[in-house]
Amino acid sequence: MRGPHTRSNLCGRQQSPRHTDMKIIVAVKQVPVRDSVIRIDAGGKWIEEEDLSFEINEPDAYALEEALLLKEKHGGEVVVLCAGPARAGQTIREALAKGADRAIYIPCDDLVSLDTLGLARRLAAAAATERADLILTGLQSDDLGLGQTGVVMAETLGIPHATIVMKVEVLDAGVRVKRELEDGWFQWVQMPMPALLTVQSGISPLRYATLMGIKKAKTKEVRHCPPEQLPPPTPPTVTLQRIYLPQRKKETQILAGTPSEAAAKLADILKFEVRVI
Amino acid sequence: MSGVLVILEYRDGWNRMSWEALAAAQQIAAQTSQPLMAAVAGGKLNDAALELADKPLARAFAVRHALLDEYTADGFVAAFVQLIAKVDPQLVLFPHTYQVRDFAPRLAARFGQSLIADVIAINLESGRPVFVRQLLQGKLNADYIHTDTGPCFASLQAGAFRADALTCGSCTIEEFVPHIETSQIRTQPGERFRESAQTVDLAAANLIVSVGRGIKEETNIPIVEELAATLGAELAASRPICDNGWLPMERQVGSSGQTVSPKVYIAVGISGAIQHLVGMKGSKAVVAINKDENAPIFEVADYGIVGDLFEVVPALTAAVRKARGA
Repeated sequence: MRGPHTRSNLCGRQQSPRHTDMKIIVAVKQVPVRDSVIRIDAGGKWIEEEDLSFEINEPDAYALEEALLLKEKHGGEVVVLCAGPARAGQTIREALAKGADRAIYIPCDDLVSLDTLGLARRLAAAAATERADLILTGLQSDDLGLGQTGVVMAETLGIPHATIVMKVEVLDAGVRVKRELEDGWFQWVQMPMPALLTVQSGISPLRYATLMGIKKAKTKEVRHCPPEQLPPPTPPTVTLQRIYLPQRKKETQILAGTPSEAAAKLADILKFEVRVI
Repeated sequence: MSGVLVILEYRDGWNRMSWEALAAAQQIAAQTSQPLMAAVAGGKLNDAALELADKPLARAFAVRHALLDEYTADGFVAAFVQLIAKVDPQLVLFPHTYQVRDFAPRLAARFGQSLIADVIAINLESGRPVFVRQLLQGKLNADYIHTDTGPCFASLQAGAFRADALTCGSCTIEEFVPHIETSQIRTQPGERFRESAQTVDLAAANLIVSVGRGIKEETNIPIVEELAATLGAELAASRPICDNGWLPMERQVGSSGQTVSPKVYIAVGISGAIQHLVGMKGSKAVVAINKDENAPIFEVADYGIVGDLFEVVPALTAAVRKARGA
């Protein structure tokens, strides 16, 4: 350790961190499933949600998996934290079925109009009372893709963070994580707990919920975060004005026909136009 | 509050995305009649300062401190908070690098702002910047505006702005020494390292067949291997395929893997998430084979086949054999 650090009044522990019986919060988001056919709604500011199916944001699923692995190794508790409209309940139940111990739900119908600060402040306020050792979340969301909710939560809570984390090792003195850098480079970084880590997708295989897990999930606590515990809403500093289909950068020549007709056309192009065969 | 400040990235050399951000900033600064400024932070900046001196900057800052020698979010946030407070810019732009993703959200939050991350274009509407971002892995674009009176923070996507648009000039480098205490730095970074020596040089490949999630199962990989072998192409993959261990990591193309620019890039079952596109959009010709006609990969494809890869790929292998034989 380089020395003492400023601890937040909200999230800090007064004692040195333990590496047994960890309390881990996992912040998860519910997003449209990856293969969804997307339609823009009449207002032009968001998508039609009626016909969509939703699932846990993929990097958040890996954050949850990492939390469950850490709990299996060190003991303790995994608490799922999720903000969203009522449909987010499904994602919370799935996380509980996979093995999270309980959940905190922030009812939130205005997710789209919030900026990162607005959302991160709510999540941080709900997390603060838990005094967790670690907060994990995915490195970015599959829908908005801003990749900063976790980092801003850490700032709001006054705790250190690391992004794009591939491995987590809990030490007596804190936590040591392997970060992914650009172009295939990596780096181990150590920091005291409490800390917030944003987890990269694919770092370990995801578990499935067992039948027993699904059954147990029904009896687990889902605490609704009362509005008075949340910070008063502030006007967003950044506003989404409109959404639209991207313009094609290139004119794509679509090769139509049966698979073998299309393949024959492509083989011709590879031979006579781009001349690689 | 005035000026466009670009935070450049330097560590034993420039991150080339810095110049893309600076070129974009030069344009915005000119269009809004504001001074263009740039800053770089580190412990050893002598070479960086020399190279910065021929850029067309109204002000240029070398933010120097021993505690900035090795990057930490705490150190960089502390340093740039002080610089921004002093310079008081209206707009702060960053290249959207992994390092920026690590500290810029925190820096913006110190000023009560939300970073507008991973911007692909900046348009001016009535003199005010509109930031274009991609949503849902590139399926949609979105226009964002800054609606606060404080400084606006935005990071720019790799390859979205052309570095060669930047003009030459000259400037005086101002030294800026921030106050940072050792105790403020809570993270201890270790040495940077690579996992293993790269034995496959995809960057040198002329022809690449690349496979993505659409392949569904590891047992299906041989159908693309066969196509690659028939074409004499290198086999590559998007991240999830390598994460699953279906192909080695060194065959990964994208922001966390290799950057390639072959004569032909054949993307099989790859939807075209931005992290993948940045690694292959320099290809001379792109072929996309995908069942979803709305997949973002078609945005960058010259030729496309909309269909079931399990039918199209074997048919293509056969057609290539036939074309070879003819």
